[in-house]
Amino acid sequence: MRELIDGATAIARAALDAGCTFFAGYPISPATPLLLHMIRELPAAGGIAVQAEDEIAAISMCIGAAMTGARALTATSGPGMSLFSESIGLAIMGETPLVIVDAQRMGPATGGATTPAQGDVQFVRRGSSGGYPIIALAPDSVAECYTLTLRAFDLAERFRCPVFLMTDKEMFQSLSTVALEDYAHPPVRDRAVAAALPPGAPGLRSEESYLPWRFDPIDCPPPFSAYGGPHIVRFTGSSHDEHGFLTKEPEKVGRLNEHLWRKIEDHVGEIELARADLQDGSRTLFISYGVTARAMSKAVTEHRARGGVVSALTVQSLWPLPERLILQTVAALSALERIVVAELNLGDYCAEIERIVYRWAARNRLPAPEIVGLHRLDGELITPAQFVELIL
Amino acid sequence: MRETYRNERKYPFCPGCGHGLILDALNRALARLQLDPTQVVLVSDIGCQGLGDQYFAVNAFHGLHGRSIAYATGIKLANPDLKVIVLMGDGGAGIGGAHLLSAARRNIGLTVLVFNNFNFGMTGGEHSATTPEGGVTATTRGGNLERPLDLCATVAVNGAGLAWRGTAFDRDLPDVIADAICSESFALLDIWELCTAYYVANNAWSRKSLIESRAALGLAEGYVHRESRPEFAHTLHAAAAETTRAPGLRPAPLAPQYTSALDRKYTIVLAGSAGGKVRSAARLAAEAGVLSGLWAAQQDDYPVTVQTGHSISEVILSPDEVLFTGVERPDALIVATGEGRRAAARYLSALTDASVFFVTPEHRDLETPARKVVLDVGASGRGGKKQHALVMLLAAIRLLNIMPVEALEAAIRRGRRADVIEENLAALAHSKDLIKSCLQNG
Repeated sequence: MRELIDGATAIARAALDAGCTFFAGYPISPATPLLLHMIRELPAAGGIAVQAEDEIAAISMCIGAAMTGARALTATSGPGMSLFSESIGLAIMGETPLVIVDAQRMGPATGGATTPAQGDVQFVRRGSSGGYPIIALAPDSVAECYTLTLRAFDLAERFRCPVFLMTDKEMFQSLSTVALEDYAHPPVRDRAVAAALPPGAPGLRSEESYLPWRFDPIDCPPPFSAYGGPHIVRFTGSSHDEHGFLTKEPEKVGRLNEHLWRKIEDHVGEIELARADLQDGSRTLFISYGVTARAMSKAVTEHRARGGVVSALTVQSLWPLPERLILQTVAALSALERIVVAELNLGDYCAEIERIVYRWAARNRLPAPEIVGLHRLDGELITPAQFVELIL
Repeated sequence: MRETYRNERKYPFCPGCGHGLILDALNRALARLQLDPTQVVLVSDIGCQGLGDQYFAVNAFHGLHGRSIAYATGIKLANPDLKVIVLMGDGGAGIGGAHLLSAARRNIGLTVLVFNNFNFGMTGGEHSATTPEGGVTATTRGGNLERPLDLCATVAVNGAGLAWRGTAFDRDLPDVIADAICSESFALLDIWELCTAYYVANNAWSRKSLIESRAALGLAEGYVHRESRPEFAHTLHAAAAETTRAPGLRPAPLAPQYTSALDRKYTIVLAGSAGGKVRSAARLAAEAGVLSGLWAAQQDDYPVTVQTGHSISEVILSPDEVLFTGVERPDALIVATGEGRRAAARYLSALTDASVFFVTPEHRDLETPARKVVLDVGASGRGGKKQHALVMLLAAIRLLNIMPVEALEAAIRRGRRADVIEENLAALAHSKDLIKSCLQNG
């Protein structure tokens, strides 16, 4: 059985299947279809969906709702992502489980409202002050829009952080055919919930029955308790101690900030996802993600059908950088001479690949393969022919 | 009986600052209401008052500047039974103006205490949205030229359930706060007070100045506004609970049951006008393709002003999964209207002698190396102009022999509305006659 479906519908369906209970958004092309789906469908599924007064309010409402126990989702595109920026930092600091769908459009500014692009890759990673890590996934098909949305909710709950689903106008709004068996259903686990401590337990203040910000060990997200639940909870966007009180004590501030990056960076292995399609003797390796990875697959199929040899790596988890998976692929190709990194931006991900591959080559005393960026910024998709031209 | 909702921590405020008075009044209000501390959330803004939540033994949320009402809205929407109290300054009310207005318009059940001391005390005494005209601040050294925002009148006229103005010294402040919390409406209390560090020092203000200034500005005091409107969060939840619609997003799947002779990727571009059923016609063809065992993809293009101008759909049909959806050169181009003609220029110029170009008699002048097929879709006067794009697409698919006519009919019958199904079946019959006359005319 098959269906004709767009990415926005697949994401909305996955959100409902993931147990999403709260959505707040603001209309913006090309992300609007998800707002409309959630407004229409979420109430019947027992949740609440609202159109906020602006993107700042949309993500702020999501953060408030998430800390009240909801599984929250929002969606926007470039200009709205700019307005999300300060609150992304708050979600990082407040360890808020939150899924953010970015239906990328061409920038800068208003750019091309209905033009596919992949220009937000570094923006979501580095677009909030402080530079702390987030998680970002990039589906390369409508079926994967569904699967990775489930995965995004799971990771948001597991790591208590914002998780971005990076799509684009093309994937979000165009219809494609999906074979129903291609929808995978990874589990969505619940966030760890705080158990009550006995009154007077060590370290507790008189009004407390648990410590909302105790990281034990340091790379582990603290157990959660919702507003209205059994515990009194303090949430703050300021540097805080384990009670949630503001602090400037270097030891506590340092420990908090170390926790915020280590809870993600130390667990890359639980997050990383990539699909390697390797062929022995390949002199060229393509690396891509999202909608561009589809053209890459087409190029690989066409080239091999003509007797050619080439390998490809589709990166599904953009952040944290899946360094191990990428280098493992590079190391597996003994004849490798060229890596082509293809993306609809100025080389956002290519720079990351260069950094890790050159360092890997130096460490192993090997000549680094040539790294070629394949970019397109005219609003059109990178074509399979553009890939094929670069094969050695 | 809980006598206090404060913890043991001492306020950090400057001598003479009004913040402690307001927080004490809040504490007395909470004690009067005997609320369960786990069911109360204090949402604090940025500024000196933003420190306030730390002195209470209830839930707290301290976020970014001006967004406190938006966080509070999310909390209240997720759990309408919570008592959500916002502590914000005049600065937060200014920068978060859009949230303030929206919350009032929704009448969401938040109690908003504005610690209004007419300037930014935390950052050095800069002017705010409520600084009186002539007020001297770090950024209005010659006196403020901007009119102060009348917070109460603003929320009152925009739907708030309750608006009150007074001072931190008012003895009835605890009663008013308790009243606001119990009102289960958007209740804003504009509480005037002294910033001894800056505003008092810069303007030689005193407690008396609060009264004089209010009178001089002609602003009302006490309960400025009160009205009964449904509370937003409870109303939304009640509406959601009554929603019984069947889950959407899961249309009946397409079971491939016909066969197509297509042995390669084939792209059809349908160029017509807004309101000419271009997108729905393309979708119908794509679904019929899937019913014929093909893989289909569809992209649409139309102006943002959706009811005017062109409407173009690209339909890709292929025996294999469609991985690349860019269309550089269509295999078939259908021009149904003048607007479609103008917008299809880039497709038209890409056609080769291997392409097929379907066109109405009005546009047969278009030059192309492609095989030109003139479809006189308007000749019979059947169906009306609105159906022309669909009839041409159906005729093209039949002439090109891409899929069996049964697949097209099955796709039409999947429609939800009986009248549309009838209309589209008529278009299918029309397309058959069109082909016949087209073949007769060579």
